[in-house]
Amino acid sequence: MTPLDLATPAGLTIALTPDLVLMGGAMLLMLWAAWRPDGASHQRAVGFGSAVLLVATIVVTILFARAGRTATTGAVAVDQFRWSSDLIFLGSALITVLLSIEYNDRESIGTAETHVLLLFATSGMMLLAAARDLIIVFLGVELMSIAVYVLAGLNRRSAKSAEAALKYFLLGAFSTGFLLYGIALIYGATGSVQLPAIGARVLRYGLFTNPMLLVGIALLMVGFLFKVAAAPFHMWAPDVYEGAPTPVTAYMAVAVKAAAFAAFLRVWLEAFNLVAGAWHTALWNVAVLTMLVGNLVALQQKNIKRLLAYSSISHAGYVLVAVVVASAEGSGAFVFYLVAYALATMGAFAVVAAMSRSGERDLMVEDYAGLWFVRPGTAVAMTVFMLALLGFPVFGGVGFFAKWYLLRAALDASNPQILLAVTLVLTSVVSAGYYLAVVKEMFMRARPADAPEPPRTGIMTRSLIGVLAALILVLGLFPDRLVSWAERSAQALPSATVVDVPVQP
Amino acid sequence: MPELLRSIHYNDWILTELLLFPLLGALGIWATPALTRLVRGSEESSAYAARWIAFAVFLLEFVLSAGLWWSYDPASAAMQATYTIPWIPSWGVTYSVGIDGIALMMVLLTTFLMPLCVLGSWTSVRTKVHSYYALMLILTTGMLGVFVARDLFLFYVMWEVMLVPMYFIIGVWGGERRIYASLKFFIYTMVGSLLMLVGIIYLGIHAGDPATGLPSFAYDDILRVLTFDPTVGITVPLVHVFLSGEMLLFLAFFLAFAIKVPMFPFHTWLPDAHVEAPTAGSVILAGIMLKMGTFGFLRFSLPFFPGAVTNPTMRSIVLWLAVIGIIYGALVALVQPDLKKLVAYSSVSHLGFVMLGIFALTVQSVQGALMVMINHGISTGALFFLVGIIYERKHSRMIADYGGIARVVPMFAAVLTFVSLSSIGLPGTNGFVGEFLVLVGAFRTQPVLAVLSATGVIFAAAYLLWAIQRVLFNAFDKPANASLTDLNWREIAYLTPLLVAIVWMGVYPKPVLARMQTSAEKLVHDVEVRSTQAPGVGAAMGGGGR
Repeated sequence: MTPLDLATPAGLTIALTPDLVLMGGAMLLMLWAAWRPDGASHQRAVGFGSAVLLVATIVVTILFARAGRTATTGAVAVDQFRWSSDLIFLGSALITVLLSIEYNDRESIGTAETHVLLLFATSGMMLLAAARDLIIVFLGVELMSIAVYVLAGLNRRSAKSAEAALKYFLLGAFSTGFLLYGIALIYGATGSVQLPAIGARVLRYGLFTNPMLLVGIALLMVGFLFKVAAAPFHMWAPDVYEGAPTPVTAYMAVAVKAAAFAAFLRVWLEAFNLVAGAWHTALWNVAVLTMLVGNLVALQQKNIKRLLAYSSISHAGYVLVAVVVASAEGSGAFVFYLVAYALATMGAFAVVAAMSRSGERDLMVEDYAGLWFVRPGTAVAMTVFMLALLGFPVFGGVGFFAKWYLLRAALDASNPQILLAVTLVLTSVVSAGYYLAVVKEMFMRARPADAPEPPRTGIMTRSLIGVLAALILVLGLFPDRLVSWAERSAQALPSATVVDVPVQP
Repeated sequence: MPELLRSIHYNDWILTELLLFPLLGALGIWATPALTRLVRGSEESSAYAARWIAFAVFLLEFVLSAGLWWSYDPASAAMQATYTIPWIPSWGVTYSVGIDGIALMMVLLTTFLMPLCVLGSWTSVRTKVHSYYALMLILTTGMLGVFVARDLFLFYVMWEVMLVPMYFIIGVWGGERRIYASLKFFIYTMVGSLLMLVGIIYLGIHAGDPATGLPSFAYDDILRVLTFDPTVGITVPLVHVFLSGEMLLFLAFFLAFAIKVPMFPFHTWLPDAHVEAPTAGSVILAGIMLKMGTFGFLRFSLPFFPGAVTNPTMRSIVLWLAVIGIIYGALVALVQPDLKKLVAYSSVSHLGFVMLGIFALTVQSVQGALMVMINHGISTGALFFLVGIIYERKHSRMIADYGGIARVVPMFAAVLTFVSLSSIGLPGTNGFVGEFLVLVGAFRTQPVLAVLSATGVIFAAAYLLWAIQRVLFNAFDKPANASLTDLNWREIAYLTPLLVAIVWMGVYPKPVLARMQTSAEKLVHDVEVRSTQAPGVGAAMGGGGR
């Protein structure tokens, strides 16, 4: 097949088909959502409509991924990395919608637009995965973030939810400022916002130590690190994750993070791979700090949502290892890790959603005491999710292979990152402390006599928990196809040359 | 017998069968509650079924594994009963199993102890019976997997697989401080094993195919390719000690194995875990899981890193830690008021002998170490069973709560005395053979240490004899103990095989030694040859075409 010509409207339209399907469908659903007054049944109907639309988009994306089309250089990328990332976002969005339907029912949230907002956020993510142009990156970030700001404040009756939304909005806007400044300075230094062009001009004009470019890169990095909640830019995450409605928290912890990471990785590898010497050390330190802070602070958490928030911070640190390594193997590990992380985190939040009562009560770890004796299936599934996040083989299924892949990428790099690998495993040991705390509550403590019966769980949430746990376990025994899929996705991205560029006199 | 086994291609399927069968059993046990509900059986009958299924599976497992005794060719040092299929081709990972003489004995020890463990928990485990036995079956797969794995990836996976069932067995069915003990057990083991994981990945990448970039984790590949350039390494800041790459890798593996053994000073998880675990859990921990560590040294550390093993500083550190472990374990056991803790600390002492034997690096001492591994499994396993038996009756493990009970429970007293004597190493029992061989073997290369550790044998006599004196003999001064009942038939049934093994291994250990001899000789020989050659080969490789 000939490469798509992105300079022509037809070529660009074909290249953006999956995105257009989702956006167009989302607009139609928006009209439908506004057509009738809010209510439980309408909320459900729009929810199922959104789920159908997401499934349709997934099918279209898979078709595109299968076709393996390529394109000329342009504003958007047409490659496997984009499709793989899209599938991660779409899958997470689908799970979130299904969880939200039952969650909204229980919390008596009748606004049908919630599901549509989720679709808009997801289309922003798809733009992020496709972007080969810093302006598109900015558009994607904004489209995604604005929708998620609203989603975080979805529960109007909850003060915590409002606090979360405001905090997220203020800090999000702040970080977008960094992003935009960075883009402006990079444009000033190189005269282009297109990623390949930036890379080419850095080489042609020898901009390796150009201060404007380096400051631009630093600001852009801060913007991205805010979005992925890496230390020291992680402060907002625990509060926002705690306050937001649980399905939205799951979506933020998985999809928003994955999308920001996907754009991060592409920008860094396509535009700045030649100036790796400039950012390598900074990112290296951020990765180590994030792993340490996320894991150590998580040990102190008593609230399960905050615990998972810090856990997601520490996982951002692990994924940063793949970005630091910046090799083809690193990118493969990146995709693989995000899949494993998405499955386990989504599952854990699904359990949290299933176990909390209306008004978001019963969210302390100690509320899970003796769960095994009353809800054995849920307890076992939660154990699988916890062990997967811990990266434990067999019982944690694919989580172990994700860590393994990362470690291998770190050790196999042209410049082996042994210290980073050791930090990764040692902080993983620390993480056992809090992941096992949840397991311990569920299995080893007796159910208190005055503990109420756990709430009834909807059929969709229950089946989601089961499917996610089963997927983790099956992929944990037979990961080969997922590995080759991740490897194929990684081929699209160049790798960075992590060498210190000699300082120009 | 060998002909019969050959005719059914026994060697081709046995190891895989040994790994898969317990898993099927576990699934079967978890299915029983649903099945009993289907036939309207009571909860009690379903628990009954779970026990019997577990027992039947383990018994069959033992019978099937017993064939290895005959099918194994003691004359050959090569891996036997091998079977290999690809598992994750994109990462060069295979499912590959096989045994040498050392692994053979460990496999047989495992399958021998497991059915006894089911009998030992028959009445003491009353809650969540199904999960208990199912976890025990999964644990067995993990333990056997560690012994038979020929791919380091598989080895690592199996190594971790054992951890979770044991964590639950201690944490759910254990004593009062079970939660603390189980978490400590988990974290300690994980610290070591994750650093080993980094080491494994490093080795795998180096043993890989340079043309395709595909790593290989196969034991044989790594052993063939592995060479080290002694000049490459890092200097530790502050203390300015240079550690070669080989030494770093050795240390990564060392930590994992030393924690598992456990060597002094990494042993602090052991008293907690052993004391809090339910009886069968303690038996498995002491009898089998501690041997994983020493097995790891024999299988991986010694052949992979001969330079580090024979490095005088490293070697004397390990040997001294072993001797400290022997004496320290014995002294701490001496002052324990808790019978189970006493047995737990005696393990630290016994395993010190194993480490001494391994790192003394003579054929005799290595063989002795292997014998101690087996004998410790049998004798200490039996001791834990006996402590469990008395605890089940009186719900106390304190030595002070007993006294003169030999009059009330004569059979129990006789068995406890006999097992204690074997644990002390009385000639004619199994304990003597192993420790004697270790001391004789170690005396050749490390006379001072051998003499020092011989005191460990004396201390062993002190703490065990003193303990049984206070429990069994002395004056009968606690009337409440008059109601203690003697061994019942079930208890006799699972103690008898242990007693038979104690006598057999003490009187006629030759068949066991013969099966391990070739492997032990090859091991010691390989270490000697490789440690003298390795730097030369490394230099030649490093020098390229010069």
